[in-house]
This record gives sequence, C-alpha cells and structure tokens, in this order.
Amino acid sequence: MKKTFTNKKKMRGYREFLYILPFVILVLIFAYYPLYGWIYAFFDYRAPFKLSADNFVGFKWFISLVSTAVKRKQIWVIIRNTFAISGLTLAFSWLPMIFAVFLNEIKFRPFKKIIQTATTLPNFISWVLVYSIAYCLFNSTGMVNTVLQSLGITDDAILFLQSSKHVWFTQWMWLTWKNLGWSAIMYIAAISSVDEEMFEAARVDGATRLQCIRHITIPSILPTYFVLLMLSIANFLNNGMEQFYVFQNAFNKEHIQVLDLYVYNLAMGSGGYSVSTAIGMLKSVISVVLLCAANGISKLVRGESFL
Amino acid sequence: MKNTAKKIRYKRSVGDRAISVITYFIYTVFALLCVYPFYYIFINTISANNLSEKGKILFWPQQVHFTNYINLSHISGLLTAAKVSVGRTVIGTALTVICAGFLGYMFTRETMWKRKLWYRLVIATMYFNAGIIPWFLTMKNLHLTNNFWGYILPLAVSPFYVILTKTFVESVPKEMEQAAEIDGAGTLMIFARIMVPIIKPILATVAIFAAVGQWNAFQDTLLLVTESKLYTLQFTLYQYINQASSLSSLVNNATSSTSLGSSLASAQTATSVRMTVTIVVVIPIMLVYPFFQRYFVKGIMIGAVKG
Repeated sequence: MKKTFTNKKKMRGYREFLYILPFVILVLIFAYYPLYGWIYAFFDYRAPFKLSADNFVGFKWFISLVSTAVKRKQIWVIIRNTFAISGLTLAFSWLPMIFAVFLNEIKFRPFKKIIQTATTLPNFISWVLVYSIAYCLFNSTGMVNTVLQSLGITDDAILFLQSSKHVWFTQWMWLTWKNLGWSAIMYIAAISSVDEEMFEAARVDGATRLQCIRHITIPSILPTYFVLLMLSIANFLNNGMEQFYVFQNAFNKEHIQVLDLYVYNLAMGSGGYSVSTAIGMLKSVISVVLLCAANGISKLVRGESFL
Repeated sequence: MKNTAKKIRYKRSVGDRAISVITYFIYTVFALLCVYPFYYIFINTISANNLSEKGKILFWPQQVHFTNYINLSHISGLLTAAKVSVGRTVIGTALTVICAGFLGYMFTRETMWKRKLWYRLVIATMYFNAGIIPWFLTMKNLHLTNNFWGYILPLAVSPFYVILTKTFVESVPKEMEQAAEIDGAGTLMIFARIMVPIIKPILATVAIFAAVGQWNAFQDTLLLVTESKLYTLQFTLYQYINQASSLSSLVNNATSSTSLGSSLASAQTATSVRMTVTIVVVIPIMLVYPFFQRYFVKGIMIGAVKG
C-alpha cells in the first residue's frame, strides 16, 4: 500500500518534469547551446563554410590581438573607452541614491509624484528613440542650436553629435538622463521601509534635516547601494552595444567604440567572426571573475553574498 | 499631542529652508529635462513644417495641422514595420507570460523530479551569456535569421520573470493547493483553475515589462534580419534618422498629385518625417506607462529581494 503511494508520488514527479521539459529545452537551446559557439574562436571561420579540422588555428586569434603594434594600439583604445565610460558610471553611482534621499525630503506629495513620473519616463524608451530625440534637439537646426544662435552665443551651428570631443561624458549624460529616475526607485522603496518613528525621535531630540539624512536615511539605504555597486563592478566590461551603436559615426568612432560595440563591428562589419568571438570569450571570462570577486568582497564586508 | 508633533515638524532652521528651495528647483529642472524633449518633438510634428525645419517651434505649436501623420501612410514599409512590431509584442508577450507563470508555479512544486537542478539551470542564465557573435551563429544554424520566430523564441523563458512569479506563488497559502489536491485535481488543473487567478497581478507586471521590452527591441533586428519585410518600427526609425532627406522626397512624390494646392507648411521635410515617426513609436509606451507605474515598484522590489 505504502509502496504504491510512493510510486504514485514519483510518477507525479516525473510527469511534472515532463511538463517543464519543453521550457528547459528552450533554455538549453538559447542560453547554453550558444556557449558551444565559443569554439569558433579556435578556428579560421569564413562565413558560409562549415568548420573543419583544416582550419583549426588554436590560440591564433587570442595572440593576434596583441601581436602587432597597430593591433595593440587598437585594443588599447577599445579598453580605454570601456574603462572611461564604465568608470564614469561607477564614479557617479551614488547619484540615484542622492536623488532618492532628497526626493524623500519633499513633503508635498503631488509634486513628488509628478517628479517621479517625469523622471522615470525616459527609462522606457529605446536607445533608438533616445538617439532620435538627441538628433531632433542637437542637430544643426535643432532646438539647442536655435537657442544658442538667437542668444548670440554662437554664429554657426554646433554639430554636437558629430563631435569627437567629450564623447565619454555626453554618453554618460545620456545614460544618466535615461536611467537616473528609474535607478532611484529601488532606493525610494528602501527609504519608505524606514520606521517613521526614528525620524520623529530624532526631530524631538533637535536633529536638523541634514542630520536626519546623514544619520538615519543614508545608513538605511547603504546596503542597497552596496549590492548595486557590486553588481555594477561585475558588469564593468558589459556596457552593452545598443547605445553606442546608435550614437556612433565616423567622427566619434575613436572614442565611442566600447568592447561590446567593437565585437559587433568587427564581426558584422568585416566578417571577423572568429576574432570577435575570441574577444567576446575573454570578456565573458573576465566578467565571471569580476562577479565572483564582487561576491567575495560582499561576503567579506557584509557577511552575505548577493548571488 | 497632534499639535506638538506639528510644531516639531515646522521648526525649521534657515538651512532647512534653503535645502527645500534648492531641492524643489533641481528636481523641477531635471523633470523638465526629461519631459520637454517629447513635448518639443510633438509640437513640431503638428506645426507648420517650414517653420519647424528652421527650428522656430520651441514652446507652442504654430499653424496646427495633422498632414504629417496622414502622410505617413504614403511611406512604404512603415505599415509592414508596424505590423511586425505589434505582432512580436503581442505574441512575444503572451509567450513570455505563459512561460513565466507556468515555470514560476512549477518550480514551487516540491514533488517534481530534480526540481532544484532545473531551477538553477534556468536561473544561472542570468549571470552569463555566450556573447552576441556565438549567439548570432547559433541563431543562424537554427535557421532563425530572417525568421519572425527569431524575435520570439530566444526571449520566451526569462529567468528574471521566473523568479518574480515564483516568489509571488510562494506567498500564496499552501492550503489552497492542498485542498484542490485532495479533491483530486492534477498539477495542470491546479495551475489553470487556482493559481492563475491568484497570481494575475504578477502576471500583469511581467506582461508590461515584457511588452515594453519587445516593443523597444532593436539589437535582434540588427543582428538577425536582412529582409525588409521583417524590419521593426524601431529599426525603421533608426534607418529614417540616417536617411531622412531621401525619405522626404519619397513622401512628397507619393503625395504630389494631391499636394498641388498644399503649401510649404504641409510639405514633408526630413525633419518632419523623422519627428512624426518618433512620436508614433513613442505613443504605445506613453499609453502603457500609467499601468506600468502602478506595477513596477512592486515588481522591482520582489526582484531585488530575491535576485
């Protein structure tokens, strides 16, 4: 009697597994199977042909990245751009936190609501739309140039988007414009979970506003900040390519090509599938190492991992 | 009692008041920066085109007309692109929601064979990816390039949404399931009849997230599609930004038979085409945005706790 019961339970377990099997297969195909594509990094792959033992080249592509002075310079430029843009993001990673802290200080609810609605909006549009907006505002007859000319600040239109100057900074600005309000939401939620009585008690003791912020609000959201900081360290090399792809042109290419974009341009632009796979592979490995390192730091500092 | 509390709250120093003024000012400016670009583009699309091309429309629309929107129908390809975008958003969202809901529920079934293993297998995909080139080559091998399903299948199972629903399902009292089980309901029956109605709120959250993601997707078109009949609106917009001058002549030729009487004000210009398409692509986001606002804080918080 008992045996049939456990058997039945087991059967049920298998059946439940069969239900999810199609989905597991989807995951295997689209997330795990592409990992097999890493072998392209060890072959001399030309687009329409199949891989064969003849064009196995071992570590040729990895070595070729640093083999000549020209290539070393090229890689250096790419790494410099990646570090500059990621570094800027990292250096200003406290901005959303401060944004949330001071938003919390506004006691007039409708105003708060409007600000939140307005500032999260850009997060939901695509980079293509951001670029389109940038184009409409900053091209030679756009709003910015019109205003500058009518104020007499400049006579000729300034070609902002075709400029090779301050590329890292402007890209960081667009990223911030798009993400700031959204990133602040996490902190706003964290602040709202702080016990209101703490603030009351502090005020009774005569604490000023700044003291309340410094001793209550900020300490209560630092753990959230820490986790997000670790995650952005783990993603240091992953800037994504969409933003930089849409903003790139012949003038700013030297400064805008980050690793992700370089990988794309190399493969799709000049058919260098193998070498760009090699770069992507290196990047993935370093990213996993960074993730583990960040997790390790988190364990050391806060005694818990975030994975 | 209430009175004293009020008194304490309003005891503000000069410094406190200064902070208030500054915060209100900064937030207002930033909110305007986030919203004005959309407004600017919109008023330009309904103003006289000869004025807007010179950048004369800054704050109020002038000589309001809607020919820009009507003339969009003369641009070949735009309607196809709209169909593809709507199609992928509807089908893709439906599939993602089904996957997230079903997997989120199934992964709480402790009877399932090797449940933890499958769960980890799915969740692990959040932390690594093969890189775009191996992914592209995989998609090519699977014949999903220039294929509508290339937009849908890779995004079907998303670990983040699975975590989101699983967390939600876990908060539902176990008794509901157990009662149904005693009544002889199978796993699928319990999911369809009992779980789905309960987890509707989280499914709505996932649906909105997924729909915005599908609508905004750009990179997959760039990588996978070369046939213009599968171009999405985002991709078409990107092309229009880069080649709008040839585009406007196209529109004007198509409408020339009717535009004999039309003035300079309603003749299409590169600027007008670009801006009008931008607004058309933004509108769906604006429409779902109010719903989004209601759900995203909840969604992001659950994700933050678990992820």
